[in-house]
Amino acid sequence: MSINPVLLKELRQRFRNIKSPLLIALYLLVIGALVLGFIYLLWRHMPGYYRPDSSRGIFILLSMAQLGLIGFVTPGLTSGAISGERERQTLNVLLTTKLSTGGIVVSKMLSSISFIVLLVVATLPLYNIVFLYGGIAPSQVLGVFGFYMVTIYLFAALGVACSTYFKRTGVSTVTTYGLVFALGVGTVLLSGFIIEVTRGPFPTPPPLIALLLMDINPVMVMLQVLGESSVGMERDIWLPYWSIYLIFYLTVGTLLLFWSGRKLNPSRARGTKFRV
Amino acid sequence: MIQVTGLVKKFGKTTALDALNMAVPKGSIYGLIGPNGAGKTTAMSILSTLLLPDGGTALVDGHDVVAEPMAVRGVIGYMPDFFGVYDGLKTYEYLDFFAAAYYIPEKTRKPLLGELLELVNLSDKYDSYVDLLSRGMKQRLALARCLIHDPKVLILDEPASGLDPRARAELKEIIKHLKQLDKTVLISSHILPELGEVCDQVGIMENGRLIASGPVEEITATGKGASLLRIEVLERINELADFVKSRNRVSNVEQDESGLRLIFRGDPRERGELLREIVEGGWAVTEFSETKRNLEEAFMAVTGEADVNEH
Repeated sequence: MSINPVLLKELRQRFRNIKSPLLIALYLLVIGALVLGFIYLLWRHMPGYYRPDSSRGIFILLSMAQLGLIGFVTPGLTSGAISGERERQTLNVLLTTKLSTGGIVVSKMLSSISFIVLLVVATLPLYNIVFLYGGIAPSQVLGVFGFYMVTIYLFAALGVACSTYFKRTGVSTVTTYGLVFALGVGTVLLSGFIIEVTRGPFPTPPPLIALLLMDINPVMVMLQVLGESSVGMERDIWLPYWSIYLIFYLTVGTLLLFWSGRKLNPSRARGTKFRV
Repeated sequence: MIQVTGLVKKFGKTTALDALNMAVPKGSIYGLIGPNGAGKTTAMSILSTLLLPDGGTALVDGHDVVAEPMAVRGVIGYMPDFFGVYDGLKTYEYLDFFAAAYYIPEKTRKPLLGELLELVNLSDKYDSYVDLLSRGMKQRLALARCLIHDPKVLILDEPASGLDPRARAELKEIIKHLKQLDKTVLISSHILPELGEVCDQVGIMENGRLIASGPVEEITATGKGASLLRIEVLERINELADFVKSRNRVSNVEQDESGLRLIFRGDPRERGELLREIVEGGWAVTEFSETKRNLEEAFMAVTGEADVNEH
């Protein structure tokens, strides 16, 4: 099976560009500085002591910082995927080749994802600090990385879909950040609001919709993956907490990709070429 | 090779194509000329499957652009009026990418790229980054890109715009060479004289319609509906200009030091009538002649004629 030419070209361009190693360096610097700063604060007053829960604290900090950076980097790298081609006036030529629009969309997204995955994988050595002191199982680290992959998938699909829909990258980027913010913060706020509104005089389980909103919130799910189970609410749903997240993110991400492929196809979408 | 029938395209209240009819014979170089906003780019976008028409049909090599877009893409090479190139890609990588996009087997790509770069005189730029090429070189590279899958039809939208005279001359030579390769070329330009040299046939578009079409010699020939007249008089040129402007069948009156140039629509008898009126008006006529038109003047004449018909 040969690699889609768009993917090959994108990877070639991306990894040839000086910006890519600089971004990796900056990403590692930010996460590394956070972790080392945290360690410094912990051990400053108690040198020579070992506390397994400190190691756990580092792990949580590292993982949450990484989630924050993924939420920051992914829209930035994907929200110009299609609109950038449009702005550089290369899209029309691409659309007159024999490549399918779905193939173009998926390849664009894969090239962005591959770079984000590289960023995440590049932070693996930092996790060694955690393993140095113990307190964390390798399966937890794997769980966190699996969680990242699923999260990146939807965030990237949102970016690609916005860049397909909006003609200009600026609008697409702002919208993608808005949607990622809505998933990361809006769902919790809305869930809390629903719980407060429906709260009666007697203790009752929270409404299903509030639970579902919590279940698609990356921060809440991340905390549960990290073993901070006190964050999760009592639940009547028979599915494990991560399954709703997995199903929602993969389904919505895939639907967005399908939609983007159709939207980009000039033989289907009337007048899209001239949207402002 | 290209058959367009009753093609309609509207953008909101604006009608870009108003029942356009056009036929481009196989193996010909067909020039589409018209002012900005005439609908040239819209027509070319529809033929390149980038835009859906609101009505009518467009066939390229027998394939309907709406029903069989993939088949059409296989037989056309499209060069838009404005296009960009990818940063950070070398010339051969750029062409190789498009070769792959047309599913050309990897084994045959290398010799093909060499041939194409030679055709467009870019062999020495094989290893250069495309974003560093001059505009003329990019234009030629885009032409090589259009040819990569050996299409039967080339759709070139304003290929010479923004080029210096030398680059334009080089491009013209390449386009002439395409005819020898038995390609059908649909080319648009607002720089009219340059099309006259490379085209077998031209079509004049205005307000989304083709208002004249035929071989270049026929379009530029005088006495075909409209003619270009030169009138010189000894005195009172300003008055004469006002006088002829008031006549029916006269348009595009241009005045210079010694006389007037104008477009006249009418048969020889009516032309004689105009001369008689001028003489009877007391002007001492020293010249009253029909001059050969170039493509630009033909264009002015034909579009002027369309204006008169509309009002």
